Amino acid sequence: MQPLTNEQIRAVIARGKLKDTIFKGLGLFCLSIALLVIVALIADMVIKGSDRFTLDFFLNFASRRATQAGILSAWVGSLLVMLVTALAAVPLGVAAGLYLEEYAKRNWLTHVIEVNISNLAAVPSIVYGLLALGIFVYKFGFGQSILSAGLTLALLILPIIIVATREAIRAIPAMIREGSMAVGATRWQTCRYHIIPYAMPGILTGVIIGLARAIGETAPIITIGALTFIAFLPPVPFTGEPPAGLFDWVMSPFTVMPIQIFNWTSRPDPAFEVNAAAAGFVLMVMVLSMNAVAIYLRYKMRKNIKW
Amino acid sequence: MQIHDNPALKAEARNLNFYYGEAKALKGINMPIYDKKVTALIGPSGCGKSTYLRSFNRMHDLYPGNRYEGEIRFFPDNTNLLSPEVDPIEVRMRVGMVFQKPNPFPKSIFENVAYGLRVRGENNKRVLDDKVESALRGAAIWEEVKDRLNELASNLSGGQQQRLCIARALATDPELLLFDEPTSALDPIATAAIEELVHELKKRVTILIVTHNMQQAARVSDYTAYMFLGEMIEFGKTDEIFIKPKDKRTEDYITGRMG
Repeated sequence: MQPLTNEQIRAVIARGKLKDTIFKGLGLFCLSIALLVIVALIADMVIKGSDRFTLDFFLNFASRRATQAGILSAWVGSLLVMLVTALAAVPLGVAAGLYLEEYAKRNWLTHVIEVNISNLAAVPSIVYGLLALGIFVYKFGFGQSILSAGLTLALLILPIIIVATREAIRAIPAMIREGSMAVGATRWQTCRYHIIPYAMPGILTGVIIGLARAIGETAPIITIGALTFIAFLPPVPFTGEPPAGLFDWVMSPFTVMPIQIFNWTSRPDPAFEVNAAAAGFVLMVMVLSMNAVAIYLRYKMRKNIKW
Repeated sequence: MQIHDNPALKAEARNLNFYYGEAKALKGINMPIYDKKVTALIGPSGCGKSTYLRSFNRMHDLYPGNRYEGEIRFFPDNTNLLSPEVDPIEVRMRVGMVFQKPNPFPKSIFENVAYGLRVRGENNKRVLDDKVESALRGAAIWEEVKDRLNELASNLSGGQQQRLCIARALATDPELLLFDEPTSALDPIATAAIEELVHELKKRVTILIVTHNMQQAARVSDYTAYMFLGEMIEFGKTDEIFIKPKDKRTEDYITGRMG
């Protein structure tokens, strides 16, 4: 083969660059579709719901009249359910992930468990709802309460937290673990002083992704029988009927944002569509701000962790 | 292999075999480690010198499928470090280690050195302060870091990080200190500092050092062992090994005809 002349080389480069340009355009096009859809959705909700962005909307209970209906019980319910979900799912998920990565022997049993954790993540959420209806609502007698809902969603996001924990742990170099063990540390000391703190940014990301998924879940919450029309708030600690305790609110009936939205969209009166759009936007803001917090915390924590 | 004007023994490998699963990585190693001396392990890549070194603090126990046969006797108490009845954590409390790549924890300089003491349950601030200072002095890095003990260890240079790791190992007064190619990730100036430190440290601790660099072995060690394909080919005083090796394979390696 003859060596290429300068003209030929330039022609080859030009052909290659043409493909570069084509792909760049294509990629940009695909990206803009995704972004446009999101922007359109948000804009649509903002425009439709603009009449309801008042303080009253956040401070009013549900009502038969669309203009007076608000989301107070829904956003309070969502936050409380998320609190229970986080309190239940984080310790369980982190402990399970830590065990699998740091303690469990690598054998067929752990392999089966690993595969099934991924399977759990793929189970439709309504199935968790059915499970929770049988176990939490009836068997344990928690009823249609915040506790039942929180535990249900905790089960739902447990696989996400376990997987995130394991991935965060795996990203810690072996030399850090060896460095700790080499001075005579036990496995637990190594986990306590090194593995858990260094995995924390990754774990946190998983927790927030999980919670962001949970806060938007509707099906399992409907299945366990959350009410759609609630005109009261769960009792503030120590204020209910005596003997009032710190955790009375966990047994309270409740509603959550997605259920409130679902309820409004299923009303025949079109005025409720405005409420639904406004509430949808609020839910969106809740999810996005959770993500923002996650990104900020991860950035802050990672700054100090360098190998 | 017989040496007569010997100092006291600190440890001794007796017919040591080691297996990574089915693969036999160490084959019948017998070797003395003399007290308060520097013993260098040399040999081509994959000859088993790091594997051998990591047997002394039972590092292999961290991973499944590894198996030891034979003994490493540890003196003066004549404990077999490899015995299943001996807790590897107890072994690691007596035998310190410095790794190939500096591996400070992403914590403060102070906490890096104090870690071994904390693991032993020491939480008294004054005791920690004292021991951290003396360990940092011992590792010849005190003057460089004394004003910034609360800064992150990752802000130090590579050579400083490695001396910090030495301080971390020294803080708990190990009887034997293992060095696994401690200068392979460092520049020549940092390397010289570490070598000088090794020379200084042997006054207080027995040292076993793996090195890729024969000049380094010649400079820092009192005894040298040449390993090849998992076997101990030759062990002797460093001068003798380098000036008149008895085994042809050692000579080939040292003169650069092989490896």
